[in-house]
Amino acid sequence: MSQTASAPTSPPIASGAPPRRFTWELLGVLPFFLFAFFFLILPTTFLIVGGFQDAEGRFTLGNIRDLSHPTILKAYWISIQVSTASAIGGAVIGFFLAYAAISGGLPRWVRPTLMTFSGVASNFAGVPLAFAFLATLGRTGLVTVLLVSLFDFNIYRTGFNLLSFWGLALTYMYFQIPLMVLIMAPAIDGLRREWREAASNLGGSAVDYWRYIALPVLWPTLLGTTLLLFANAFGAIATAYALTGSSLNIITILLYAQIRGDVLHNQNLGYALALGMILITGLSNTAYIVLRSRSERWLK
Amino acid sequence: MTRRTIGSWAVMTLGVLYFFLPLLATFEFSLRYRRGVYSFEAYRIVLGDPRFHETFLYSTLLALATIVVGVLLVVPTAYWIQLRLPRLRPTVEFITLLPLVIPAIVLVFGYLRIYNSSSILPMTANDRTTDLLLMFSYVTLAMPYMYRAVDAGLRAIDVRTLTEAAQSLGASWGTILLRVILPNVQVAVLSGAFLTFAIVIGEFTMASLLDRPAFGPYLQLIGANRAYEPAALAVITFAITWGCMALIQVLGRRAPGKTAGAH
Amino acid sequence: MGLLEISGLQKKFALSTAVEHFELDVARGEFVSFLGPSGCGKTTTLRMIAGFETPSAGAIRIDGVDITRRPPNRRNVGMVFQSYALFPNMTVADNVGFGLKVAKKPSAEIGPRVQEMLELIKLPALGSRYPYQLSGGQQQRVALARALAIQPKVLLLDEPLSALDAKIRVSLRNEIRAIQRKLGITTIYVTHDQEEALSLSDRIVVMRDGRVEQIGTPFEIYNFPRTGFVASFVGTLSILRGQVVDPGRGAIAIDGQEILASEGLAGARAGEVRSVALRPEIVSLHEPAGSGNRMRGTVEDVDFLGSIVRIRVRFGENAVSLDTFNNPNATPPQPGQAVTVSFPREAVLVLEGPATG
Repeated sequence: MSQTASAPTSPPIASGAPPRRFTWELLGVLPFFLFAFFFLILPTTFLIVGGFQDAEGRFTLGNIRDLSHPTILKAYWISIQVSTASAIGGAVIGFFLAYAAISGGLPRWVRPTLMTFSGVASNFAGVPLAFAFLATLGRTGLVTVLLVSLFDFNIYRTGFNLLSFWGLALTYMYFQIPLMVLIMAPAIDGLRREWREAASNLGGSAVDYWRYIALPVLWPTLLGTTLLLFANAFGAIATAYALTGSSLNIITILLYAQIRGDVLHNQNLGYALALGMILITGLSNTAYIVLRSRSERWLK
Repeated sequence: MTRRTIGSWAVMTLGVLYFFLPLLATFEFSLRYRRGVYSFEAYRIVLGDPRFHETFLYSTLLALATIVVGVLLVVPTAYWIQLRLPRLRPTVEFITLLPLVIPAIVLVFGYLRIYNSSSILPMTANDRTTDLLLMFSYVTLAMPYMYRAVDAGLRAIDVRTLTEAAQSLGASWGTILLRVILPNVQVAVLSGAFLTFAIVIGEFTMASLLDRPAFGPYLQLIGANRAYEPAALAVITFAITWGCMALIQVLGRRAPGKTAGAH
Repeated sequence: MGLLEISGLQKKFALSTAVEHFELDVARGEFVSFLGPSGCGKTTTLRMIAGFETPSAGAIRIDGVDITRRPPNRRNVGMVFQSYALFPNMTVADNVGFGLKVAKKPSAEIGPRVQEMLELIKLPALGSRYPYQLSGGQQQRVALARALAIQPKVLLLDEPLSALDAKIRVSLRNEIRAIQRKLGITTIYVTHDQEEALSLSDRIVVMRDGRVEQIGTPFEIYNFPRTGFVASFVGTLSILRGQVVDPGRGAIAIDGQEILASEGLAGARAGEVRSVALRPEIVSLHEPAGSGNRMRGTVEDVDFLGSIVRIRVRFGENAVSLDTFNNPNATPPQPGQAVTVSFPREAVLVLEGPATG
């Protein structure tokens, strides 16, 4: 970047004294910053601050303490569990899918098709997704019925229930896996074929290659994307709402109920709830960014 | 080599099963309205439902407004950052990451508290202003994708040279943005637009909490109360989303200076 | 019986044949280049030796052992790639020692060997650096050290200098040759740059469209090319077409002027159209010595290249390039000037096959 913003460098066409030009430029991005302030920073700050206040506006840590209420803790815990399960499941399966399509020796058309589909599927969530899974693995779903009629195997007798923790995690994976595929594809591209050949040429087996080269190069992106997937699932609500309703009390549903009708009977506790969520997703995403930049440095 | 290919095909097949069976099942389910016979009755009911029309229209209009405001907000900003203010780039990129980090429900919670009837900016005072608030919420949701698309599009064309050429020919900033920059990034803008549309159409949380008659809450309502119609709606929604994304892919291949590939 | 024997090697793909009828015996310690344009099959052949491609037919033997079907990690050949292919997550030292680590050698052995290799490539202090911190030339030297660390029987280099700046190319290629000589390791070097091949090799294999055109020492390839392709690919050449006048005498008429070739026209028939080639350094602007050939023509172009002056003389349909050393006491001829050129009979290279070029 040869141009710096603040130095009054010679403008292409003189249209007033340099200082005025300088303000002009900032004016150009002012709407954006105003927007960011009013619709991102202000609301978030408000909630965070509110979490530390009581009903009269005085500073208190009481809300934070009240977060340890069993219902709330349970809600956080279930959310964390569902997010972790769908993140790890999505990461593992997504990685294998991406690798198979890119380096797996499959025909050329497989990769673009997978990418296009992943682009669509990563946005497919909410009621349509919940219903799709109900139609597949619900009690009268297509697969359930097929398994009974073909193999005399009723999955519901094994204790499986779509409207449960595992059912939700499985449903979440429908958009987690494509997201993983989309993000991992460039990283897998970055695994140059010559490294595999060089490793082999020097006497290494496939295991050696993965152990010493491929996994070390990939793990920041793998871990980072898993964290991204975690945050993605943690903040989701529409799918869960449609699938399990309020029977599975994840934190977003609890917050939803709180916003709608103050079920916790404490406004500020709601803020604390939000604060907890921001903390968790914030940490997750920060770790993702840090890991990403680390792997980029190696692969310059 | 062949052992690896077999493994790859196995993984692919499992993937295809996982992703297509639900779609198939939904479609099959949506045809079951009439007992014993396959028919499109559920679709007919859904498409004939006035609430479907209202909410779909509402969401579409809102999506269009979101796109316009989004473009107006993002394009000049991305342009200025690339051209004159590279030092602000990290800050702007951080801001574009915020909607991805902060869950939508938290954001709308904040909006409800700050912009309710008893605050300085009473945006929930009446329906129209609430619509405005919802639109701004959607702009926030779509902003990361829109910014990334436009930024990539601007990077693919040489912004500085184009601007200098236009200036040497006497163009003002407005003319430059409108007549020179925008046409050259229209593919990127359209990609962002279709993505915004897909996001807005299906969005539930914000519309529901702001109590507006959008398509997302309508989907939830039908889903909670009916059996076969939600399946039909799911198929319709998926077709729309797929249509948008396919258009983005097609557009992406025709962008200047870009080769085909996923975003 | 050479160290590396390749017989009947062939590689066919679904729609094309990449390599055909490849035969070569490489002696121990010999430096052989595969030279040819892109797509001629030289890299495919190299990759078959390394084991990354499976031959459709033929055999490859190293030290008497048939390795044709062996997987690439059990061949004990060292490969240097065009793109260096250093492992980005490892230091230079770890990269160089990778082959030894994978062979489960004790670390007491690996350390000194790595240091020995680093000194061989003259980068002893860079052991703890990462590839992204090195220049292209440094990375390629590390790649060489890495390939040599496992003491391979054969060293394979796939256009190792193509990705580097011109200046580095010359110094690095000399270094590679010096190391190769010092270690006495049998080497195959793939390149499309004929200057590289000529300056480095003990022998050159010229390839085209999957087939071997000629195998010989640089001197042989340059001075006695067997086909028009070899002649034009290696060094600059003028190619002239003419009609055979008298095969017995070796007479052929170029643009109406008869010249004699001391050999090569024996199998031709009178009236046939044939091509002959002349090296620029062989043609001179003086009257012929003894029974040499002489032709009259007009100067078309004069290129002052510093120490060499390259002059093109046109006869009619044909033209010849001649190189003469710069002489400050004699100005070169001007375009349009009528001149006489001469060249000995032995220098006329009759090209195989019907008229080419």
